[in-house]
Amino acid sequence: MVPGLTLTKQITIKVNSREHTVEVDPDTPLLFVLNDDLGLRGPRFGCGLAQCGACTVMLQGKAVRSCVMPVGAVGAAEVTTLEGLGTAEKLHPIQQAFLEEGAAQCGYCLSGVILTAKAFLDAKPNASDQEIREALGGILCRCFAHVRMLRAIRKYAEGRKRDSVPA
Amino acid sequence: MTPSRRDFLKGCGALVVSFRASGQGIFGTHRSHIDPARIDSWLAIGADGTITAYTGKCDFGQGIFTAQTQLIAEELCVAITRVKLIECDTAMTPDQGTTSGSQTTPTNFNSENLALAAATAREALLGLAAKELGEPVDELRLDNGVITGSSGRRVRYEDLIGSKHFNLPLSATATRRSETQWTVLGKPVPSLDRVALMTGQFEFVHCHHVPGMLHGRVVRPPEMGATVADVDEHLVHGLPGLTKVVVRKDFVGVVAETQYQAVVAARGLVVHWNPGPPLAAQETFFEHMQQQPAHDALSVDSGDVETRLAAAGNVVRARYTYPYQMHGSLGASCAVADVKPDSATVWSPTQSAYPTRSIIAKLLGLPLDSVRVVYVRGSGCYGLNGADAVSFDAAVLSQAVGKPVRLQFSRRDEMMWENLGSACVIEHRAGLTPEGRIIAWDRENWVASLGNRPGYDRPGNVISGMLTGYAAEPLEPGPAKPPREKLRNGSNTVPSYFAGCAGGTCNGGGTIRSERALTHTVHSPFFTGPLRSPLRIQNTFANECFMDELCAQAKADPVAFRLQHLQDSRTIGVLKAAAIACKWDERSPHSAARTGVVRGRGIACVAYEGENGYAALVAEVTVDMDTGAVHPRRFVVALDCGPISNPDGLRNQIEGGILQGMSRSLVEEVTWDNKRITSIDWRTYHSLHLDYEIPTIESVFVTPAGVPATGAGETAITVTPAAIGNAIFDATNVRLRTLPFTPERVRAALLQDGHKGA
Repeated sequence: MVPGLTLTKQITIKVNSREHTVEVDPDTPLLFVLNDDLGLRGPRFGCGLAQCGACTVMLQGKAVRSCVMPVGAVGAAEVTTLEGLGTAEKLHPIQQAFLEEGAAQCGYCLSGVILTAKAFLDAKPNASDQEIREALGGILCRCFAHVRMLRAIRKYAEGRKRDSVPA
Repeated sequence: MTPSRRDFLKGCGALVVSFRASGQGIFGTHRSHIDPARIDSWLAIGADGTITAYTGKCDFGQGIFTAQTQLIAEELCVAITRVKLIECDTAMTPDQGTTSGSQTTPTNFNSENLALAAATAREALLGLAAKELGEPVDELRLDNGVITGSSGRRVRYEDLIGSKHFNLPLSATATRRSETQWTVLGKPVPSLDRVALMTGQFEFVHCHHVPGMLHGRVVRPPEMGATVADVDEHLVHGLPGLTKVVVRKDFVGVVAETQYQAVVAARGLVVHWNPGPPLAAQETFFEHMQQQPAHDALSVDSGDVETRLAAAGNVVRARYTYPYQMHGSLGASCAVADVKPDSATVWSPTQSAYPTRSIIAKLLGLPLDSVRVVYVRGSGCYGLNGADAVSFDAAVLSQAVGKPVRLQFSRRDEMMWENLGSACVIEHRAGLTPEGRIIAWDRENWVASLGNRPGYDRPGNVISGMLTGYAAEPLEPGPAKPPREKLRNGSNTVPSYFAGCAGGTCNGGGTIRSERALTHTVHSPFFTGPLRSPLRIQNTFANECFMDELCAQAKADPVAFRLQHLQDSRTIGVLKAAAIACKWDERSPHSAARTGVVRGRGIACVAYEGENGYAALVAEVTVDMDTGAVHPRRFVVALDCGPISNPDGLRNQIEGGILQGMSRSLVEEVTWDNKRITSIDWRTYHSLHLDYEIPTIESVFVTPAGVPATGAGETAITVTPAAIGNAIFDATNVRLRTLPFTPERVRAALLQDGHKGA
């Protein structure tokens, strides 16, 4: 048999504050479980190689690439997807900033952009513009909505400092 | 397939399909049962007053969904929230071909199609109200779907027509609301998809789910032209979840219960391939192109170019080259197909719903009207990415297993097999008078081409069709015929400065009457197809940089020199506007010292496709003379696209277009070895990431009175490589004639120049 496929197992993961039990091969990328078993739309398959960021989720507050993270390795760490930040009725301030700046074209990249920026600013609230930009070094947006995205992140960062927004 | 449209409308009580006479639609210009000449094909008013509009032009993330919604709201004088727009669904929307080429705005926002349907509907509703209220139309007031007579009596749209057919043809004389009346159009309405996007709720085709759906993967050949020798299933035999290995001629795919199982099965399947032919070396590819048999075409030929050039005191020559580039969509393409024995539905990110339906019907052997293609947005595409191929493949896989299949490409499937933006070579010769005027300009270009959009009947124009046994559109080498028809300049082959005389009219933007533009189309080893500003960006790079070379030879100012050779008022308009906006005339002469980090500026302009949008762009760049690193610092763009439907959407498009153009100017280039494309992921195909220090972008809009709306999405990107190239020259006195302007390439050119100068 082909190496890389083992027997399925019951795995419980905590996603957006809710526990889910799925029966899958533990090597299955977390992304596939989030998309296909949990029906989440935020993280998306871009490259499967951890090169673009489209599949980004937060794992215990850190931005990780769910396309290369085996679901079996998640353990008790809490997963947050774009859906877990805020809702249409009550947007998270970073979503609000992106909305106000109109910071998207096709929007496929947004999990990578928003969650990477948020995780970075959570860890380093006083980061300079240059540090924020550098933190986004692994993120691609092929529509090149960079102008608005960087403006939205700056707006969120400033608002965060001003209001000491809770994470 | 019509019941779905009916079912859909039950909610708002309208029954609205406007059928063509039997058969006519399928074989006529519009291959649809939905007659574009009828109001009911474009919009319906439900019993509850909801307005449902149907468009054959779909949104790929650039905001045209919102702009079309604004258009309907504007023409029917209702709030935007009352309009529900249905995009590109062969069961419901008219056949508008492909959404591409900056054609949506000219097609749907002027005096035809969607705009005309809405204007006709408004006039019809006023006519009905006039009868109902017993007052002449002139006495009626229309406000938010309520028509009030001078008597004060009121009637609502839904009272007049709710859930009933208009039963009327589009009226060519229906009057659009004028820009001065606009309350919804022309406003920066935020794109309607944004809240869903920001919160992760937006449905991309990638998350479309059909009950019982399985997952597919394709197993592509290792190289172009390879054919299946043998498929060895023994390693994947009995693999958990594997439903089927599907082989159809050279198409190989797997279907499994989960995505991961499909990935593992595709990885484990052993396919023996007969090798394809070796590839021409990348290092000498442009020379190779110029030696191939070619299909020739003349855009213009005044017949006197050789004589004029021979008489000119100063003949300037230059050769430009432009590499293959990729759409490189962020999301690998995905589609979901549900093929049953006698019908099929495919949820597809295609730009071409109806053509895709025709191809799928052909591939599956099903009657055309039993196939339905429903557009669901994918990752931004910028042209013919893998969207069509993945839709065909999904359908083939679904038919093979008799169940719904979701198929997503791998990154390599996407990048190795997409229809690339064509590699081009452009050679110029131009004669200058002693006074520094251009008196003759000869231009020859070579375009590498294989396949294209599949259209309604050419599956072989993309990889999926080729693998299942269909040929690409053949290239027929042969000499050019004299140009007899009026110049259209759809690929911007002809520089803006040509008089463009052919077929008895001079349709160019400029004053140069001794002119020739000859195009050689040659065979490409890779599939090619439209990539944002197809051929227009390649041609404009060469035209506008060469114009700059002529200007330097004439020791003239680049703006003044261009103006001297232009006569088209709209190109002149944007050129002047950009110069004013960037304070072109106020720069102090820059230092002669060319060491360290130097700064320069360049300008380029274009009449996109001759008449479909006008842009002039000023780029300011720095160049590190030691490393060769080029960094754009400021862009100032002036744009004329006629009346603007949504200024926010337009700015977003301009910003994205310029930065995408910058990425393509600085880093993007497809690479290959003697067997296959080697730029197959984001380590090997470069794209500027979000950490790039972006330049400022300032945009000004020029809107002459009384002009129709043109395309806008591809105008700014078209001039970006040339503006950057001209700025590099201004900064360094060195001319770069090939893209991308990588540090290695720039440094090599600087060194060469240094040797020459020594």
